[in-house]
Amino acid sequence: MANISHKEVEHVAQLARLDLTEPEKTLFGEQLSQILTFVEQLQDVSTEGIPLTASVADQASVLREDSPREGLSQEHALSNAPESSDGFFVVPKILPKK
Amino acid sequence: MALFKLTLKELQEKFTGGEVTAGEIARAYLLRVSQVEPSIKAYISVTTKEVLLGKAQGIDVGLKAWRKTEPLMAMPIGIKDNICTKGMRTTCGSRMLDNFVPPYDATVMNKLNAQKPLIIGKTNLDEFAMGSSTEHSAFGPSRNPWNQKHIPGGSSGGSAAAVAAEECVAALGSDTGGSIRQPAACCGVVGFKPTYGRVSRYGLVAFASSLDQIGPITKTVTDAAIMLNALVGYDPLDSTSADRDFPDFTKSAKKKDIKKLTIGVPEEYFAEGLDSEVAEKVQDAIAVLEKIGGKIQAVTLPSTARAIATYYLIATAEASSNLARYDGVKYGFRAKECKSLAEMYHSTRSHGFGPEVKRRIMLGTYALSAGYYDAYYAKAQAVRTMIQRDFDEVFKEVDLLVSPVMPTPAFQLGERLEDPLQM
Repeated sequence: MANISHKEVEHVAQLARLDLTEPEKTLFGEQLSQILTFVEQLQDVSTEGIPLTASVADQASVLREDSPREGLSQEHALSNAPESSDGFFVVPKILPKK
Repeated sequence: MALFKLTLKELQEKFTGGEVTAGEIARAYLLRVSQVEPSIKAYISVTTKEVLLGKAQGIDVGLKAWRKTEPLMAMPIGIKDNICTKGMRTTCGSRMLDNFVPPYDATVMNKLNAQKPLIIGKTNLDEFAMGSSTEHSAFGPSRNPWNQKHIPGGSSGGSAAAVAAEECVAALGSDTGGSIRQPAACCGVVGFKPTYGRVSRYGLVAFASSLDQIGPITKTVTDAAIMLNALVGYDPLDSTSADRDFPDFTKSAKKKDIKKLTIGVPEEYFAEGLDSEVAEKVQDAIAVLEKIGGKIQAVTLPSTARAIATYYLIATAEASSNLARYDGVKYGFRAKECKSLAEMYHSTRSHGFGPEVKRRIMLGTYALSAGYYDAYYAKAQAVRTMIQRDFDEVFKEVDLLVSPVMPTPAFQLGERLEDPLQM
């Protein structure tokens, strides 16, 4: 039976850039344990010599001609930005003031 | 007969034959949507009366010069709200994309629009297509038109409900782990997931890229074939798009000599947990196929029992990676008053995503994290190959497989929200 600790939940949430509330941490800890217990059945399957699925469509990568085509205009690319200025995306300070 | 009651093929014939105009079709559906939508809630956004009538008028006037129609011209179609529509809000059923207006069209939209359909609106879905009931939509659930206490299925539940309630004659859905087929089954309409690679995914908001595929939801199989003809084809903008010829699917949908077909019935799909009512109906259908001359053959797909666990791991792992793009920088929701970039990422994602999406991101992130990759994701990819081989083997012997779409009839709203294994 898988058991995901509070600390592990916090670690995964950090990797996923999610802030979880205390009740969420408890709930997700329980639910992840439950789901991981369920998927543990795959460990019983012998997959020796079986290749990982690399392509679903059974085909090699398709490459297109590297020819110029019209891209998204700057105006369109910025049209959904929460904040922009002079053609740039604006974000909060990367290094907070000390 | 009221226009909205017709199938796509029937409506197409009336329009092509000059019996009805695009304007008449638009008005009939505007009226239908205004009557039915308040109780069904199939749509997140509905095209305004002015825009729709303007489009219809453009078709009726233009037709005099074009002198030819297209198969989907003036046909009222619903689009799942995870398919990018230029200039038309595309929310994915999420607060994260509440205000997102795509600056480009998905390839399937370019293909449809070339035939001048009437796009009725954007249909409801579980947030980012994660769910099987539409109850995980940030905009509230849609209702099953046959019984409004029940779910329409999901994640393309809005599309299935819209077709079943005749709020459009056909709709687009997307299917990752059943999201076209299951809601179609819940609503008693036809749902078709094409083979991966047939239909371009360019402009479909990504959930699990190795499984996602766009397909039609319609009233009849012939209608699905008409839709499919419009959607398929190689697209240089999707590197997984198959560069292969395709037949005229309406010809393949015509009544064939079923005596030449061997129909496989996989025993694992009739195992424990299958509702007796569902089992009975599927057996009835198999009996019909046999009666009209099909050769029924019992087959076995031994890896079936591992499919759900395999799906959970692959879909959530790919989702956790795909959904990393929602960071509040380029589009969509951004949390306010954040002092640093890191705080903005965290706060945006925590407030923008709903619980089901967070749960799946957490599971996928865990499965891909250092030390667990081989045990979970890689293992699932190997089992996936075994599942694939099961099908390859069986299709050496049979032409098609018959199975239930889901193990139970459409359940009631709220009945299964608490169980994370019912995702």
